[in-house]
Amino acid sequence: MTSAMLKPIAGYLAGLLFGLGLALGGMTDPARVIGFLDLAGAWDPTLMFVLGGAVVTTFVGYRWVLRRRAPLFAGAFQLPTRRDLDAKLLGGAALFGIGWGLSGYCPGPAVASLSGLSLPLAAMLTAMVGGWWLARRLG
Amino acid sequence: MLDWSSSLQGLAGGVLIGLSAVWLMAALGRIAGISGILSALVLERPKGDTAWRLTFLLGLISGPLLLTALGAFGNVAGQPGAVIGAPAGGVGLMLVAGLLVGVGTGIGSGCTSGHGVCGLSRLSPRSLAATVTFLATGIVTVFVVRHLLGGGA
Repeated sequence: MTSAMLKPIAGYLAGLLFGLGLALGGMTDPARVIGFLDLAGAWDPTLMFVLGGAVVTTFVGYRWVLRRRAPLFAGAFQLPTRRDLDAKLLGGAALFGIGWGLSGYCPGPAVASLSGLSLPLAAMLTAMVGGWWLARRLG
Repeated sequence: MLDWSSSLQGLAGGVLIGLSAVWLMAALGRIAGISGILSALVLERPKGDTAWRLTFLLGLISGPLLLTALGAFGNVAGQPGAVIGAPAGGVGLMLVAGLLVGVGTGIGSGCTSGHGVCGLSRLSPRSLAATVTFLATGIVTVFVVRHLLGGGA
């Protein structure tokens, strides 16, 4: 098979693992996410375990994968190289955190919850795409 | 209150997310950042670089769907068996929140997955700063909404 055929299959597998991980980890439940951010309430630690498991696995896996010369089905690894902090990075992250705290949705769980579509979720997803469009306009 | 079964499931879910990130790097050389992958799919559709984003999206949706079909391993608080929890508010709140999440991850070049998982794993100072920032504003927002205003979610 050519890499043009393998790339979409590899993409599906990555998405499936990601979606399974989010659901198994309870991240498709906004109440769990808001419960984690609610330090003054009945704190829900689940997100900490999800993020911890993901970071440790990725840290170890990246060390192993990035020793290779190139990825399996593409020409080169595409890694961000900037290391400086700027207002766009921090301002964007600050706005994102407010929206995250209001809804309990970051982009992954919001999209992964599509099979449980409701009017509020549809509003969330539509506005999120509108926000991405606006950010490109501003950027 | 520590609920060990949901915490252990969280750990297992996190490992799967990590495996997804490692696989995407190994196979396609890409950071598993959801906002980056999907915003480029919806808004730009780069030539020769779109099909895998579309199938990633389909996979992302089919993960929870698979657990729903299995009728097992859901992890919704207080609802054994449920896989997808209810939204935390109505349409108005979600429009505001969605716009903030979209603009914020667009301007800040990433979300919980790109900065939080992949960036922290690469020891990127930008991702560490972004993650600390969105955690902080998220925590303050929930405090204001739940404990100062006493309403919302």
